[in-house]
Amino acid sequence: MSDFPRWKYALVVIVLLFGILYALPNAFTPQPAVQISGNRGAAVDAALKSKVESLLAAAKVPASSVELDEKGTRLLARFGSVDAQAKASDALRTDLGDSYTVALNLASTVPPWLRAINANSMPLGLDLQGGVHFLMEVDQNAVIDAQETRYADDIRALLRDKNISYDAVNRNARGKGVSVVLRSEADRQQAATVIGADYPDLVVNDGANTGNRFILNATVKPDKLRELAQSTITQNVTTLRQRVNALGVSEPLIQQQGANQIIVELAGVQDTAEAKKIIGATATLEYRAGLYTPQQAVDAARSGSVPPDAKLYYGRDGRPYLLSKKVIAKGDELTSAISGRDQQNGTPNVSVTLNSAGARKMQEFTNDNVGKPMAVLYITRTVETKTVDGKEVKTPKITEEVINYANISSPFGRQFSTNGLPSDAEASELALLLRGGSLAAPVDIVGESVIGPSLGADNIDKGFKAVMLGLGLVLVAAAIYYKLFGLVADIALFFNLVLLVAVMSLIGVTLTMPGIAGIVLTLGMAIDANVLICERIREELRNGSSPLAAIRTGYDKAWATILDANVTHLLAALGLMTMGSGPIKGFGVTLFIGILTSMFTSVTVTHAITALIHGGRKLKTLSV
Amino acid sequence: MEIFNHNSNFNFLGLRKFSIGLAVLLMIGAIALIMTRGFNYGQDFLGGVAVQVEYKTPADPGEVRAALENGHLENPLVQAVGGSREFTIRLQPKGDVAAAGNLSNDEAATKVANDIMAALKASRPDVTMKSKSFVGPQVGEELRSDGIVAVIFVIVGIMGYLWIRFEKRFAIAALATEIHDVLVTLGIFALTQREFDLTVLASVLAVVGYSINDKVVVFDRVRELFRSSRNATPEEVLNRSINSTLSRTIITSLFTGITMAALYFIGGPVVHGFAITMLIGILVGTLSSIFVASPILLWLGVSKQDLMPRSKEDPELERRP
Repeated sequence: MSDFPRWKYALVVIVLLFGILYALPNAFTPQPAVQISGNRGAAVDAALKSKVESLLAAAKVPASSVELDEKGTRLLARFGSVDAQAKASDALRTDLGDSYTVALNLASTVPPWLRAINANSMPLGLDLQGGVHFLMEVDQNAVIDAQETRYADDIRALLRDKNISYDAVNRNARGKGVSVVLRSEADRQQAATVIGADYPDLVVNDGANTGNRFILNATVKPDKLRELAQSTITQNVTTLRQRVNALGVSEPLIQQQGANQIIVELAGVQDTAEAKKIIGATATLEYRAGLYTPQQAVDAARSGSVPPDAKLYYGRDGRPYLLSKKVIAKGDELTSAISGRDQQNGTPNVSVTLNSAGARKMQEFTNDNVGKPMAVLYITRTVETKTVDGKEVKTPKITEEVINYANISSPFGRQFSTNGLPSDAEASELALLLRGGSLAAPVDIVGESVIGPSLGADNIDKGFKAVMLGLGLVLVAAAIYYKLFGLVADIALFFNLVLLVAVMSLIGVTLTMPGIAGIVLTLGMAIDANVLICERIREELRNGSSPLAAIRTGYDKAWATILDANVTHLLAALGLMTMGSGPIKGFGVTLFIGILTSMFTSVTVTHAITALIHGGRKLKTLSV
Repeated sequence: MEIFNHNSNFNFLGLRKFSIGLAVLLMIGAIALIMTRGFNYGQDFLGGVAVQVEYKTPADPGEVRAALENGHLENPLVQAVGGSREFTIRLQPKGDVAAAGNLSNDEAATKVANDIMAALKASRPDVTMKSKSFVGPQVGEELRSDGIVAVIFVIVGIMGYLWIRFEKRFAIAALATEIHDVLVTLGIFALTQREFDLTVLASVLAVVGYSINDKVVVFDRVRELFRSSRNATPEEVLNRSINSTLSRTIITSLFTGITMAALYFIGGPVVHGFAITMLIGILVGTLSSIFVASPILLWLGVSKQDLMPRSKEDPELERRP
């Protein structure tokens, strides 16, 4: 038919095939699985695999398969039922001990050829899969406190460096900066100049002067404060991400929400206590002097007799070290850690910046100890909550390990780097550990919810039924009311569902219950374009147009309306999408994609089918 | 099959004093209801107390919910945690606790937790409490400000589009009916005191989308008829526009209504609020497309001249008589 070009048929066919292909993975239901990942370098290999298999056999819950994932970092044991999964995870958790993290997971059953073309099923949200959701708030006051205290320290050190005599350097009220008390106007001016030169982020103002007290106020620029607050959040997100990775959850969501909130969602995780333990853990670092020789450390570990001035620690690899009991500097004195390469010999390194207090101590220590070893000790403190006799008992558990041990090459202070790391990966991991070791600012869990997997399955079931019933009713109603054109619209509507699911899967939209509601609403509204077209065609027929002319004019005239109506609707959906919070956003995204796909299916696809049916025939009437 | 008489020529504009009057009354009523009764905000907005309980033998969520409701604890959120013996119950501190007002979060949590345990023990004694905590609201200041920005963005975007594609009076009429639809929908929520949570908020915003879509279809016909008719009065044009789009307006709202009803009846409690809000919104939006939007256009004084396609004419020619 002349008024429907061939390339449009081709487009319709290609798009529909694409839709079917990319929607297909959602037909494969995921399987309950248990995921085992190694802690701190514990090996995940064939030996572990056979061990897991025998443990499962002993516990009488044999897995349908146990396999290493593509990256070779995790072991995945699949089970036939949720009960078997729960039993298996309990058994494995007790038997594998602390070196491995055992987590519940849902394993994809999508065939490899589909995954090869990047066709995956939609990740399911918490409400459909179960899991835990935490809303955390970063204590912004603590951020300001930390920054202002740091500036006070730095100013004190700076004035001492420049030989400017001062009476006191103190913090003002929170957010009001630092006040410096000097002895003369000349000193004050000099101080203002050096502070201004060294710290461009500070605004220096003269304060009151009484007698021989000349006050100088240094406040942090609002821009800088905002920047600091943002970097604090970013750092906290990084830290949390690192900790969540230890949980081995498949699709963790860790994101900043607003100015000072962080959302952590762990779909598939059921144990809040375990999750809280890890994400809420407080970790810190300590720099300590290394004492004695490696051989003496090994001997001490074997005999158990540790010299009185030292304490025995172990590295990540299990090697023993003897470290001084005295701490040189702590993690909270560390302001940044960046991995890179040494400029002289090109080996991977990590450069660290300390605050002035830490720098002073570090300088004193390294001046006296060039050539001697120094170690970085990583300490995590977790709280285990158990219920004993109906009461909550919290027992803190402290893990300490040596993450770096190297000789001091030359004295250093504020900035120094740890050289000679074996690989870039190691360097960036160390930098991450140093940076992420402790949260930049305390976070409070302000919201927490757990959603059971059974409830999730129930939701999926209900959502699926609602989509099918809604779709079915509309299909029937359209077919009855618009006869053949209704049937054509039905085909388009069905493909709209397929295409919507395909696009959502391809861009990885997490499907939630409000998302399903969005799909149902989209289906209901998608038929609108066809209603418009059919009503137009009827009108044209009533006005005496020939059937083919009625179709052509009907489509032409309806298209302008459909465009206007849908553009305004898209704007509304865009508004929903830009709103921060979960359910609203998910719903908005679904609606937005749905409007776009429905414009294609209800206009182009139906036009193609209509042209195919009516094309090249002499028609007396239309079935509309 | 046709349900509607295609030759219908009902004088909708003749009812305009009555219909606009009613719309204004509804809006005033809605505002009054929202001001006096307010919304029954859900835990998404207010936060609540989360209590984790454990039964010795399996129980089902329905049973737990029934036990709580027998103990006069309203709107509990009961979720199974990892099996059939452990549940999380979330509840908003209400009544006695709210009256006390100045209790700290911990005290409120303890009090609510005690109420919950009392209610549960009354029906099954084999229940024990595992933990309790106060849960903050999910909707923070952030979402509120984001929401306002999003709403302003949507309003400006839609008005801008209508202004360019149609004419400024259409943009104003659309905005006015939009406000009417949202206010009336919210007013019904304030009246019935149904729980107002995040999904309800989402669907109120979806109502905006639905209703603007509906109005644009009528406006589109208004523009078309103004351009094609030679000497019809605006009132005649508007009446004909409403009449000729009437069947599509009603059929579409029926079809969308059908899907939302399906969602309401079998979609489960999570989407109840969403579906019912959409149903109310569809009804209100459809009625205002028919009875309210066009009379506003008439009052704003749309005319044929405003809607003629602007061709790029030679300015010299225009100046000539």
